[in-house]
Amino acid sequence: MKCDVCEAEATVFLTQIINGQMTTVNLCEGCSKAKGVTEETGFGLAEAFVGAAPRAVETSPDLACASCGFTAAQLKKIGRMGCPECYDTFRDGIEGLLRGMHKGTRHVGKRPSAIISTAPPPKPRRSSVPAPAPAPVTTSTITTPAIALKEDTPAPLPPDINKLRAELDLAVKEERYEDAATIKAEIDRQTKDTAAK
Amino acid sequence: MMRFSTLIKNPADWMKGSGPHSEIVMTSRVRLARNLRGFPFPGFSQEHQRIELLKAARPVVEELPEMRDGYSVDYTELSKVRKQVLVERHLVSREHAARTTGCAVVIDRRQSISVMINEEDHFRLQGIRPGLNLRGAYELVDRIDTEMDAALPYAFDGKLGYLTACPTNLGTGMRASVMLHLPGLVLLDQINPVIKAVGKIGLAVRGLYGEGTEALGNLFQISNQHTLGEGEPEIITQIEKVIEGVIRSEQTARAKLLEDHHTMLSDQVGRAYAILRFAHVLTSKEALNLLSMLRLGADLDIITNCDRSLLDLLLLEIQPAHLQLGAERELSPEERDVARAEITRSRLLGIQGPLDAPASPSAN
Repeated sequence: MKCDVCEAEATVFLTQIINGQMTTVNLCEGCSKAKGVTEETGFGLAEAFVGAAPRAVETSPDLACASCGFTAAQLKKIGRMGCPECYDTFRDGIEGLLRGMHKGTRHVGKRPSAIISTAPPPKPRRSSVPAPAPAPVTTSTITTPAIALKEDTPAPLPPDINKLRAELDLAVKEERYEDAATIKAEIDRQTKDTAAK
Repeated sequence: MMRFSTLIKNPADWMKGSGPHSEIVMTSRVRLARNLRGFPFPGFSQEHQRIELLKAARPVVEELPEMRDGYSVDYTELSKVRKQVLVERHLVSREHAARTTGCAVVIDRRQSISVMINEEDHFRLQGIRPGLNLRGAYELVDRIDTEMDAALPYAFDGKLGYLTACPTNLGTGMRASVMLHLPGLVLLDQINPVIKAVGKIGLAVRGLYGEGTEALGNLFQISNQHTLGEGEPEIITQIEKVIEGVIRSEQTARAKLLEDHHTMLSDQVGRAYAILRFAHVLTSKEALNLLSMLRLGADLDIITNCDRSLLDLLLLEIQPAHLQLGAERELSPEERDVARAEITRSRLLGIQGPLDAPASPSAN
């Protein structure tokens, strides 16, 4: 089972019934942490995804990027991200910020030819699943993968998948769980197709 | 790859005061911010990570067809003065020049395209065209961006667009900027309402040289602030529209100067000519402001045999690092003022002064 947010193996499975509608979300270790769903306090899909939790960069200052260890406190202080994957971690927190900064909050314009987009590259994340994983702060000991030039990378996902993923993210955020389920089914279908090729 | 001296020897086409509306618009620049997945941004990465990225990415950039026979340098091998020369030519940013290990820049032969590696973002791609031509500048960077995209795993998000170190660059990662020479609006004291109006539309205006609100040489830079929620063509079209408005205001101001303030105008241009032509000590600030008046005089035919390209090149040659490069040693500020005056006198040697009897405005 793969994580709904990234490509990693899912280890956290959440099921919630809202208005008689059952919603299931599968997350990997990193994403579940990023969304804060494994924390004892905020255990709810709605809270995890909708951001009913405090907004803006006022997210818990200890919230850290699973990829590089950058914390919300640092983000608040310098106004910049630690790595591209930080945007997954702090996505909800910066929504308000972006609204004030830009014309919109949704990208319009050029896209990479074969978007590999939100899916973070394979990281030690998977192997560290059972570990308490103290987020490595500033002096991060990330084992960055050597740049995989595109020739070496596995066949990129079709752009549709990423678009769908973004839609799924949005649907969940906006609590449109029926839509989310439909989109997820479509992603699963396409992913299987790609794998079959 | 070419040598630094070869790169610098010949001026780029955009330095020669040509291009659409070149009497008012000096250059159009477009830069794109790009990053790779799996690497922390340069501001948060460790030295070995920056070096690793540089090692992998620099050859890719050097191999681009546009960069063939271009200039490529690792910052650990570039002197302070040479870096500063590139800054003065707008080929690298001030921030990038301040860095060393793990940083490099690749510049094409024509000095129109530059790719900074490990700036605030992993890559800053920049294209420059003379005059008002943001589209042309965008085409330059768009092409190499597409080529780089084919070989490198860009960090991109379906919703947020190109992921950048600073959220202010998310989306297109594009900053389009136009450098304008607006002496007419400044002389008539009409510049502030224009700056305010442009600011209201969501564009940033700042003086090219000088601190804070001070704009030395009457040079201003207008650029977009929003990068998310609008496509590249829309952003460019919007800026161009605004710039066209500013150009019209400047043209009106210049016509008014000729019509209603001819004596004041002739006086300013005449004084500028006299000082630049005969001074032996020139500070940077004084030179920039006087060259602005001389350029205005040339544009309005008060100075008749002066080619604009000569003045625009001189504007570069009198910058601190260019002076030191010419002198082949470091110069103190006082020495620079002397060197600046010397090169200015020699460049203006063949330029005749303004006519004694001012031509009537209708004669233009």
